Amino acid sequence: MAHPPQEAVSTAILDYRPAPDAALELYLAGPWTLRSRRPDPADVIRRLEDQPRTRRVVFLSDQVTAWDSGLLTFLDAVKRACAERQISIDSAGLPEGARKLLDLAAAVPEKAGARRQKTAEPFLNRIGTWAQGAAAGSGNALGFIGGAALSFGRLFVGRAQFRGSDLALVLQETGAQALPIVSLISFLVGVILAFVGALQLQLFGAQIFVANLVAIGMAREMGSMMAAIIMAGRTGAAFAAQIGTMQVNEEVDALQTFGIEPMDFLVLPRMMALIVMMPLLCLYAIFVGILGGAFVGIVMLNLSPIQYYHQTLAFLGVSDFAIGVFKAGVFGVIIALAGCMSGMQCGRNAAAVGQAATSAVVTSIVLIVVFDGLFAILTSVLGI
Amino acid sequence: MAPGETPISVDDLTMAFGSFVLQRELTFTINRGDIFIIMGGSGCGKSTLLRHLIGLKEPAKGTVRYYGQSLWDSAPEDRQVILRQTGVLYQKGALWSSMTLAENIALPLAEYTDLKPAEIGELASLKLALVGLAGFEDYYPSEISGGMQKRAGLARAMALDPDILFFDEPSAGLDPISSRLLDDLILELRDSLGATIVVVTHELASIFTIANNSVFLDADTRTMIAQGDPNVLLKDCPDVKVRNFLTRGEAAHAEA
Repeated sequence: MAHPPQEAVSTAILDYRPAPDAALELYLAGPWTLRSRRPDPADVIRRLEDQPRTRRVVFLSDQVTAWDSGLLTFLDAVKRACAERQISIDSAGLPEGARKLLDLAAAVPEKAGARRQKTAEPFLNRIGTWAQGAAAGSGNALGFIGGAALSFGRLFVGRAQFRGSDLALVLQETGAQALPIVSLISFLVGVILAFVGALQLQLFGAQIFVANLVAIGMAREMGSMMAAIIMAGRTGAAFAAQIGTMQVNEEVDALQTFGIEPMDFLVLPRMMALIVMMPLLCLYAIFVGILGGAFVGIVMLNLSPIQYYHQTLAFLGVSDFAIGVFKAGVFGVIIALAGCMSGMQCGRNAAAVGQAATSAVVTSIVLIVVFDGLFAILTSVLGI
Repeated sequence: MAPGETPISVDDLTMAFGSFVLQRELTFTINRGDIFIIMGGSGCGKSTLLRHLIGLKEPAKGTVRYYGQSLWDSAPEDRQVILRQTGVLYQKGALWSSMTLAENIALPLAEYTDLKPAEIGELASLKLALVGLAGFEDYYPSEISGGMQKRAGLARAMALDPDILFFDEPSAGLDPISSRLLDDLILELRDSLGATIVVVTHELASIFTIANNSVFLDADTRTMIAQGDPNVLLKDCPDVKVRNFLTRGEAAHAEA
């Protein structure tokens, strides 16, 4: 405010002076700023309680050298205490600015029912609320999956509205631009698998079976799994953030008002891109992972490249690839659905976009692992 | 900051993005207790000038002085101290969405004062009451209307009892009554706090109600073409562009 700050900590002065006609004079002096030590309004309230016959409080502030919100909070507290006890207030002796601000603070009375009661919710209530939320959430998810299916239906009858250039862009983002990180991770996973196997197999002099282990591991499990986890973190989160931001900016509403189905325009291209790209990325990951295994086999275990190649080829069947690639396609659907759904259901503020991205990644990774487990059971029962 | 000194003086300021010069040769002073309007057509650099004043963008040339002390020639720590005398109400409130209204106001108080948490809570309630939001302490910004968000933003801008308050388009997105109430609030705050107020706006009604000083930025000549009390400019400004702006195009009409 319009007063120079006090350099050293100084003390505000409060004095009580009895006055005629059941009045209490509060004499204020010195610096009443946030930086000075100020008397506690509780003192005044005690004084009012000691003198229950007080009907009027008069402020005198000629000697106040500086004031800011520090004075206002004190006055506000005293004023409220007086109002509770039906004691009138004579604020004519206060600095003009402070008086005006106090009036301003009281100008808009608190709206009834606006204040929130801070009550701890009973445990059972919280369980109930959580369950209701979970039920509503599953309903929404089913609705979203249904919407996506309808959208695919429109695609097949050629009535889905989206732009080819959007699809091309998403294809590029989920395909070519994901290759470097998929290469790095898959190569390292191949290397790790080879090392884990080599330690045991070397005991029997059966190093050559490292090739089998890496080939099977990459083709059936790790290729699709690593590609899916990379894409969940990289692309699923991006989908949620992109669509969530569009939701915050009312861009999704704008699509709807033009009669363009956001499901077709935003979700469909992203789902198609991932369904196409995930199997390809998975094949690529399998290939690079096997290379990583071969690197370990050739450099550390002294296997010959030809030997390693033949061992891998002899052992890998088409069904191994098929399982991996099929799973990758399913994971693609999961990632696209989780990402787009989190984005479409995003709230209308900045914090909600962050939550949407988090929820997209967590949901997709959990579902990917769960589905991978289901596939493992299924393939073993079917004997594939 | 001796009381007699000018709160803000701008000297030969050039604003540029890379080699693109937005405005040049801006020289004006803002006096204590002024309600100073930065006005001009869309895209002339009003908001950018505000960003130069509040330390978010460095000038390409020229100086911005607070109480005689150059903002951009000071060390970063000193600049922070200077800027702590200012409060800014951003165009959309810019409340931190993960915090309640009370927490929004409490954050600067907790960082820069030695007050106890209970006192900070009382102060936050007081500031909210000042802008007519008593009782809304525990609401999140997304739970209240745009006009309320703006008022809460003002309460936060006033958290540290600043000498100088900046408003970026305060009436944008408000209905006429809310916008009028905000104008009244601005006047009230100037009178009771003795604060200096700088407003970026092109709301004519608001300009004529609250302003006593202004600068007019022109997008074509890329410099200021008028300064002073808008009510005086309306009558006496020689430049037809300014009169045109202040009369919603009527001046050009009259001449044609």
